[in-house]
Amino acid sequence: MQALTNRSMVVVNKKMTWMERIYLPAIIGGLMITIRHLFKKKVTIQYPEQERPRSAVYRGWHVLKRDEQGRENCTACGLCAVACPAEAITMTAAERKPGEEHLYREEKYASVYEINMLRCIFCGLCEEACPKEAIFLTDRIVPSGMLRENFIFGKDKLVEGVEPDNRIDVSKRARAHRTY
Amino acid sequence: MDTTEFLIKLILVISVFGISLLIAMYSTYAERKVAAFLQDRLGPNRAGPFGILQPVADGVKMFMKEEIIPANADKFLFIAGPSLMMLTACMTGVVIPWGGELTIGRNTFNLQITDVNIGLLYIFGVVSIGVYGIMIGAWASNNKYSLMGGLRASSQMISYELAMGISIIALVMTTGTLSTKEIVEQQSSWHWNILYQPLGFLIFLVCAFAETNRTPFDLPECETELIGGFHTEYSSMKLGFYLFAEYINMFISSAILATLYFGGYNFPFIESWGLSPNAVTIIGTLLFFGKIFFFIFFFMWVRWTIPRFRYDQLMNLGWKVMIPLALFNLFITGIITLWRNGAF
Repeated sequence: MQALTNRSMVVVNKKMTWMERIYLPAIIGGLMITIRHLFKKKVTIQYPEQERPRSAVYRGWHVLKRDEQGRENCTACGLCAVACPAEAITMTAAERKPGEEHLYREEKYASVYEINMLRCIFCGLCEEACPKEAIFLTDRIVPSGMLRENFIFGKDKLVEGVEPDNRIDVSKRARAHRTY
Repeated sequence: MDTTEFLIKLILVISVFGISLLIAMYSTYAERKVAAFLQDRLGPNRAGPFGILQPVADGVKMFMKEEIIPANADKFLFIAGPSLMMLTACMTGVVIPWGGELTIGRNTFNLQITDVNIGLLYIFGVVSIGVYGIMIGAWASNNKYSLMGGLRASSQMISYELAMGISIIALVMTTGTLSTKEIVEQQSSWHWNILYQPLGFLIFLVCAFAETNRTPFDLPECETELIGGFHTEYSSMKLGFYLFAEYINMFISSAILATLYFGGYNFPFIESWGLSPNAVTIIGTLLFFGKIFFFIFFFMWVRWTIPRFRYDQLMNLGWKVMIPLALFNLFITGIITLWRNGAF
């Protein structure tokens, strides 16, 4: 059989020669291999300071988008909660009052919107289900924590900021999404 | 013994004790760093700059852990085990010549705590008591896994002590003395014993690995397959003592290796530099510590190179290879000694 690479070695159960049986040359050879690694470039990525490059369409921490005028897109239709296979999403719908038109795009909105990040499996079905392009998964990693309660993310952690600087860019993810 | 001499000895004893503990403490850090570097990682680097406070953090953790003495354990022996281990580990440093002579004012004093004329025998006596620390701890735990671990450990240590002793007899035949001081003095300049006893050195080195329970002979305490061996039931600082004693043992073994085979505080051509005697002593001591640190590094280097032996392989190597080899070395040394004395 022809070898596919030049790395394969034929294993023979032959009797070892004297030099092989005293093991010392093999041990010294091994020591030389390990000492070479002492001077090699380290592969560690020092996580909080350094981050491994991630794909722009990475599925991480969700964002609830606003439109160009800074109004929340979400209308609390509940399709994301229905689509969610992990049942991580809950919400309470409320009716928009007169004078709140600059806050919510349509006359119904989510007064409470919670995602349990410990239940979420980051599959992205919520954004597929969303008819209003309101929810997206982003390339931000959900931070770790010591308490379970802190992993239920409310609107304070999910809705993006109004100011242009605080907007979260999901254009790449949205584009990838549209090609489905 | 007058007061000055007493004070000097006291200072020496305390500093040797302190240095042993300090080096053992930083060996734990060095172990993790070396392990990491040999595996292309960075190792602990969060506690303090470059992680140098890591041993302190580990120590605090050890002290804060819950102290558990099993209900059916023999309480006295359970505490005596790790204490004995620690005690014997700290006792061996006494006869090691850490340096030459320092002259301050009119006083000349030796950088060795005591020059017993049976120094080597003393070391071996104390080291063999170390086995009891493990056996007592294992027995007192009243746990079959601990007991089996203890049996493994003690039979390993006793088996390799034989070969080690025989390799030392060959060394004593060439040096003609048991005093560690005299052995070092004989190795002045480049007359290191490694050149006269290469095979003996090899046997001693392998046995030193086995005696300190280091890889590839770390069966007594491999956590993954053999659930920690003799210290399965230990927690908190009593476990810390066992682990710490291992590092002190490693330091002392390295010191003994450097003393017996690598010329101790001697270094080639140091006389020709024309330095004052005190400077020579200090440089010698620093070089001695350099040699010790090299051996400590070597212990760690080997740990991340060679996989662990199986138990039957360990016993095969000990009884069927090391002891015959040591006897052969003894025989050859004897013939050469006779030949040099003109017996043929």
